[in-house]
Amino acid sequence: MKTESLKDGVRSGLPIAMGYFPIAMTFGVLSKTAGVSMGESFLFSAIVYAGASQFMALNMIMIGSSFTQILIATLLLNLRHFLMSASLSQRMKVVDKRLLPIISFGITDEAFSVASAREGDICPLYFIFLHLTAYLSWIVGTWTGFLAGELLPPVLTSSMVVGLYALFVALLVPQLKGSYRVSFLVILSGIVNTAIKSSGYIPRGWDIVLTITIVSAIGVLLEEKLDKEEDNIDEI
Amino acid sequence: MRYNILAIILGMFMVTYIPRYLPFFISQNLHFPKRLKSFLSYIPVAALGALILPDAFFSMGDKPLASTLGIIFAGIFSYFYKNIFITVVGAISVTYLVASCLGG
Repeated sequence: MKTESLKDGVRSGLPIAMGYFPIAMTFGVLSKTAGVSMGESFLFSAIVYAGASQFMALNMIMIGSSFTQILIATLLLNLRHFLMSASLSQRMKVVDKRLLPIISFGITDEAFSVASAREGDICPLYFIFLHLTAYLSWIVGTWTGFLAGELLPPVLTSSMVVGLYALFVALLVPQLKGSYRVSFLVILSGIVNTAIKSSGYIPRGWDIVLTITIVSAIGVLLEEKLDKEEDNIDEI
Repeated sequence: MRYNILAIILGMFMVTYIPRYLPFFISQNLHFPKRLKSFLSYIPVAALGALILPDAFFSMGDKPLASTLGIIFAGIFSYFYKNIFITVVGAISVTYLVASCLGG
């Protein structure tokens, strides 16, 4: 049971680790540019562990934003994880409560998407190993980036970033084969998000929160409507 | 002005960690109504669409053709094979090859 979770968790974590490494390296490189020391850069990755907001923070430090501005921007950017954790919390088996603080620390877009795509209940140990794999890559990547700088050619680094989107696509496609409802909702979500983003009215970070809320609510309404229709058909 | 980077790191940790942890804490102590549970069950699907579109195709800033072909490869390959790791490595390779051919 334990070795099963270990194997499964690491196997699920590897594609994430692969995509994180070059991004973390870039973070290490940029830290230097922003005047952040190696220890601080490492602590960013080890303690905050949130890709997009770490980059945003470097940027805000460089343009001279205030402490409060940085924190508010980070909160807005990461609020989507509230929805993701809430969704995952319903999929976990009854857990040793002491593991929850660790499991929730590792919730990123990628870890969430990979774990959610699994069928049935999710075992807490699986999460621990999934997180560990991704987390190590993030930390080692940051360090490597800071020390070795542009070790990888830039074209390779930016190609590797595409890997994370390939990961999302690989999680999505099997679900598209399954159900029309899921396919409809995924496509809808892509369209809604693109529309919201290009409208330019919604601050960064809120766009995806808004999209997820709208599309999930539509999912519920659709489910209730279709189930009702099925009941009617049964009655006839 | 020299920032207190440590304070920023700790502050960012708080505002990042609380949204991640709070739902787990709440759900251990509260029973969610059926409608809310149903809502939560759609979040992975709703998130996946938004995580892919529109960013995936522009993920390689100056060479959208390379990232687009990489993503298309991922779509086709994962339709036939279930191996996520190979899908990711394959998409990276396609993107890299196309980007290298395009020069720069």
